[in-house]
Amino acid sequence: MPRRRRIDPKQSGAVAAGLVWLAAVTTLAVLAFILVYVLAQGLPQLSLPFLFGEPTSMGRAGGIWPMIVSTALLSFLAVLIATPIGVATAIYLTEYTREGWLTRIIRFGTEALAGVPSIIFGLFGFVFFVVYLGLGWSVLSGSLTLAIMILPTIERTAEEAILTVPRPFREVSFSLGATRWQMVTTVVLPGALPGIITGVILGLGRTVGETAAVILTAGAALHIPRSIFSPARSMAVHFYILAREGISDPMAWATGAVLVISVLVINVIINSLVGKLVRRQAVR
Amino acid sequence: MLKERLIQYALLALAFSAVASLAVITVFIFREGVPILVSEGLWSFLTGRSWAPTRGEFGILPMILGSLWVTFGALLLGVPLGLAVAVFVTDYSPRLLSDILRPAVQLLAGIPSVIYGFIGLKVLVPAIRVSLGSPGLSVLAGALVLGIMILPNVIAISEDAIRAVPRSYRDGALALGATKWQTLWRVVIPAARSGIVASIVLGMGRAIGETMAVIMVVGNSLRLPLSPLDPATTLTSNIGLEMGYASGAHRQALFATGIVLFVFIIVLNSAATAFRRRMARA
Repeated sequence: MPRRRRIDPKQSGAVAAGLVWLAAVTTLAVLAFILVYVLAQGLPQLSLPFLFGEPTSMGRAGGIWPMIVSTALLSFLAVLIATPIGVATAIYLTEYTREGWLTRIIRFGTEALAGVPSIIFGLFGFVFFVVYLGLGWSVLSGSLTLAIMILPTIERTAEEAILTVPRPFREVSFSLGATRWQMVTTVVLPGALPGIITGVILGLGRTVGETAAVILTAGAALHIPRSIFSPARSMAVHFYILAREGISDPMAWATGAVLVISVLVINVIINSLVGKLVRRQAVR
Repeated sequence: MLKERLIQYALLALAFSAVASLAVITVFIFREGVPILVSEGLWSFLTGRSWAPTRGEFGILPMILGSLWVTFGALLLGVPLGLAVAVFVTDYSPRLLSDILRPAVQLLAGIPSVIYGFIGLKVLVPAIRVSLGSPGLSVLAGALVLGIMILPNVIAISEDAIRAVPRSYRDGALALGATKWQTLWRVVIPAARSGIVASIVLGMGRAIGETMAVIMVVGNSLRLPLSPLDPATTLTSNIGLEMGYASGAHRQALFATGIVLFVFIIVLNSAATAFRRRMARA
């Protein structure tokens, strides 16, 4: 050990505490700044005609109704596809098998998928769904790409939620003569439901804000998609195009405000659910 | 019984979706990108300084450097700040404040990257232009934006790691007369090292893979970035910008860029997983 200059431990402790506090306050301040900035720029333009109107002249004026519909469609479909798969994976890993090489492969796949950047999902979705399967730039291509992207989130949260269901519950169910599947559907799934929903909403939040993967797979059409085979432009993509191409800053911020409010609402829902989950566990 | 069997196989099949997706993603990205890596040569693709698709020149050294610079800068900001916040939450925060901080960090993670990018463009870029000269669109702007964006990852995993340190370690240090900070700095943080490293590596993965925020603030210049105030292009931003209109060899070259990025990320994530395993064992 090299000789260290002696500093009074009390002083260094106080300095450290100060720095740690500063870091926490800085983080909160950054978040507050982002929220206030976006809302201050965007809220003045928000109005019913903006929310429910069609965009005119490339989004310089008019509203964002088609983008709201497209975002809802893309996110809803993505969640609809990813949830059964993610929950099934979680059930298989927790209830139907022991840890072994098989689960290691499955876990590796999930973990690796979670780390893949969205632009790679975009490239893949483009070359696979849009071109190879011939789905074109469409709601379906976008949703399928997003579904793969959020699969790990849904799987992990479902698995965690399932693991919180106490072991004795399962044993009681078996002792009453239930088959494994009956036990899963009557004991495990109801018990894990709040956690599963949390994961689904987390996934939903990711799809709402995603841009890179969506722009390459769903396209950027300005109309309301007529079917899942039509191209669509999500709010995030609309925001990006307005902002980056300098089409209209005020309209971009108004769209951004709607995006941020959606994210806020989603987070509030998650927190209330997580709160419930924790409280229920505390009761046990 | 037959029904139970069928259900089990159905679940197993669904459980392989993630692995299957990963395999298909790998196959298709490589299928598109490998031909140009072969015809151009991997080495000249990686070390070429000129990216001029119209002239058939595909060198991605400027983008590799751009990505590395921006990511390194993001870590320089995000890691100390995130670690400090993690320590704050586990050891300093009054109950009320951690109840605010936890959802706040979660919200920070949920804000779309395009929003970070545009705020960066409207606030940070002019601030850099005014205070440091230069055009403002720069490696520095990218690093600052990404530094904030990786905060949630660094905080969450570091916090887990610090909480996983056995209580007896703290008690032992405190019993020996160490102050709270000495205990943290000399005992708890070193004991949580594996998890903290994992959080850094995962943050790095997020930074290097981020696209939309970076596109808006780094300036997208194809020259080699030599200083933090120089504009730059990253692997991701170049794909994001040019994919819309690229075709033929140009498109293949973008997929090849994707391969490079993909390999980077897989290596980083494997490293993070290894560190987390070590943390679980310790």
